[in-house]
Amino acid sequence: MNAQMVALEGGFPDPVFDAQATFRAVMNAMAELGTRQPVHATATPPAPLSPTAGALALTLCDQDTCIWLEASLTSEAVIAWLRYQTGATIVDNPAQAQFAFVADASSMPRLDAFAEGSQDYPDRSTTLVLIVDALDSGEPLLLEGPGIERRSSLAPTALPGDFRSQWRDNGVRFPRGVDLVFAARHEIACLPRTTRILEPAEA
Amino acid sequence: MYVAVKGGEAAIRNAHRLLADRRRGDPAVPALHPSQIVEQLALGVDRVMAEGALYDRDLAGLALMQARGDMIEAIFLVRAYRTTLPRFGYSLPVDTGAMQIERRISATFKDLPGGQVLGPTFDYTHRLLEPELAEGGEPPAPERREVAAEASPRVTDLLGHDGLIEPDGNGDGEVTDITRTPMEFPLPRDGRLQALARGDEGFLLALAYSTQRGYARSHPFVGEIRIGEVEIELDVPELPFPAPLGRVRLTECQMVNQFKGSAKAPPQFTRGYGLVFGQSERKAMAMALCDRALRAGEFGEDIVAPAQDEEFVISHSDNVQATGFVEHLKLPHYVDFQAELDLVRRMRAEQQEATDIKEAAE
Amino acid sequence: MNAPTGSIASYNFAYLDEQTKRMIRRAILKAIAIPGYQVPFASREMPMPYGWGTGGVQVTAAIIGPHDVLKVIDQGADDTTNAVSIRAFFQKVANVAVTTRTDEATIIQTRHRIPEQPLKAGQTLVYQVPIPEPLRFLEPRETETRKMHALEEYGLMHVKLYEDIATHGRIATTYAYPVKVEGRYVMDPSPTPKFDNPKMHMSPALQLFGAGREKRIYALPPFTRVESLDFDDHPFTVQTFDKPCALCGAEGVYLDEVILDDRGGHMFVCSDTDHCESRQGDGHRGQQEGTFR
Repeated sequence: MNAQMVALEGGFPDPVFDAQATFRAVMNAMAELGTRQPVHATATPPAPLSPTAGALALTLCDQDTCIWLEASLTSEAVIAWLRYQTGATIVDNPAQAQFAFVADASSMPRLDAFAEGSQDYPDRSTTLVLIVDALDSGEPLLLEGPGIERRSSLAPTALPGDFRSQWRDNGVRFPRGVDLVFAARHEIACLPRTTRILEPAEA
Repeated sequence: MYVAVKGGEAAIRNAHRLLADRRRGDPAVPALHPSQIVEQLALGVDRVMAEGALYDRDLAGLALMQARGDMIEAIFLVRAYRTTLPRFGYSLPVDTGAMQIERRISATFKDLPGGQVLGPTFDYTHRLLEPELAEGGEPPAPERREVAAEASPRVTDLLGHDGLIEPDGNGDGEVTDITRTPMEFPLPRDGRLQALARGDEGFLLALAYSTQRGYARSHPFVGEIRIGEVEIELDVPELPFPAPLGRVRLTECQMVNQFKGSAKAPPQFTRGYGLVFGQSERKAMAMALCDRALRAGEFGEDIVAPAQDEEFVISHSDNVQATGFVEHLKLPHYVDFQAELDLVRRMRAEQQEATDIKEAAE
Repeated sequence: MNAPTGSIASYNFAYLDEQTKRMIRRAILKAIAIPGYQVPFASREMPMPYGWGTGGVQVTAAIIGPHDVLKVIDQGADDTTNAVSIRAFFQKVANVAVTTRTDEATIIQTRHRIPEQPLKAGQTLVYQVPIPEPLRFLEPRETETRKMHALEEYGLMHVKLYEDIATHGRIATTYAYPVKVEGRYVMDPSPTPKFDNPKMHMSPALQLFGAGREKRIYALPPFTRVESLDFDDHPFTVQTFDKPCALCGAEGVYLDEVILDDRGGHMFVCSDTDHCESRQGDGHRGQQEGTFR
């Protein structure tokens, strides 16, 4: 199948309720820090855009949003699918994106390359969707912040090497900053910009 | 004690049933049909379309009937319907220069190409009640003129040829859409004009009037008012030419205002612009005066009057918002009132206690 | 149109079209990520008037799904007319289950109260907000208040509260009492009596605030620090009532005064009707049990 044919397929079978259920998963994950929220909706985008990441794109992106894609996702098929299914504009500059999708964390730019919003409008910042294999088999991150009573932990696979220091810098910019969604198989978790990742010594 | 009333649902149902009855009025009087409103209360219908921001005469007529003639209620009905409609695209800018003119007057020139056309106006009627309207009977057929062979160029275009009035942009670029993006002050002029076009006629009229009385005077002249139909066209990628979608009746007012200039730039007249669905000169003129007043910053004028204050004017011009918030005061507020009541009682008691102690000591 | 049933064929599920829902959903996510910050959104006209809960209705419509159980209260009561009207709206356009029981609800839309029964994790409280800007009555201009929030410049608010103390000997704000969220944003809690402010602090529930006419959405994620503004020598206190509820005998709850006659007769009853009825169901009785409702 060529890219155009692929683009027509793989949307939500039930657009209204699949989007609603997926949104509730993201909303809960963003609100309840460190929780893993199941995503049942079945989007089938062309690889390497994962079904979970595809469901997020269908839920949140449309003609009013700009998407930035990490290099491994810039295939003709992925771009055509996102354009057709969401109507979003694909941009080259990560600082112009409301949403960024990353499949290979080793080739993503630093977090400060994305839109961080302004001091007046800190909401005008990028939400990054990181496609990961799992949320419990990477390096454990001990989390603190609004959304969790005390602490919780997540262990997403395949984070950029200096993620802790990049995330600390992201927190320093508050209220500006990016927010992260980890898209694993059939589940997601979020790191809103308010999240502090504790150093192993603090644990 | 509406606090305690159970069965709010039944109360609401009964209230609405009574409303329907009162709307119908005396059953001995024949019921209206919306088409009668559309045809015979056409200016009311036009106002509902303009401020409801939806060009549909039948729906506006229905809304007026449903609202028992309450303009703002009818406007609200139309707005609430409009917001549910899918958006297929943005039409091309309409060319009011190519308008099929029914009325066209200029106060700045005695005569001009295309001529002065009075059209269906209340101007120069003597405001004497006409009891014969109640007796029915058909009016005589209107005089007809030949379709003018001569074009009717806009007065501002005529002035523009000589550079006597500021240019008006070329219509390129992204257009703001105040219904799709949250407003952020200061607004670009196109966003402001959109807000004014759906703004409350009475509010804009009062503000416009205030500019004439010295609260941001702008020395306005009615360059031109034109009323008539224009073609709406949509660019469709698959077609070699824009697709015509139909015609709408518009009122356009080009206000020519005091000139500006500097040591470097030669003096030029400035513009205020009004464009309204249907026939409403009052609204178009008020809008044009407000537009000009709101451009104060652009021309380096001191902002001293309410009509020049963009945040004030635009934030309060929408009558659907205004009526909702004013009228929400009739919703129960007893929880907050209880908090105030409690505080006032306590403060009064403390004061009384202090007075008692003082008196006892004396 | 994606109507799931024929009965509401002319409107989408939960009334809003999908593009509008996405726009609101994006705003909600940013609101959660920046607690207490007011996110601008392109609020739509709704089929009820501005000022009557259009912000809350849009938020609820954007999050609600077929498995939700909705409770709607106004002044703490499920049976006040506007609560009845909004509940009926969602029954009609979303065909969802509704309840008056706080503990059964997954989404609670409210005007002016927070339920007495502590909320649980997984519940979402949606507030209807008339004026989201806590600084609005000190500075009417959005352009100015936006700067104040950006620079964390809240001196004006403290001056206002201190003027209260100078004039009245106390802070005279009894409702819509400003709070500071996670030590950063000053936020309007909506016109709830200040009695309810402490319930916002470290609540296990998600709290979403929708202001339709003013086009703002803001949020408190669960377990967020929410502190009412005060001074060391004038600490924040909540209202207390001298008597328990006349119907269920509850103490430490917010009471409404009900006037019984024109000779000064009155009694105080729970503003939270579900709380009161549940207590009465459990056998609790106040002094005027049976004379009312």
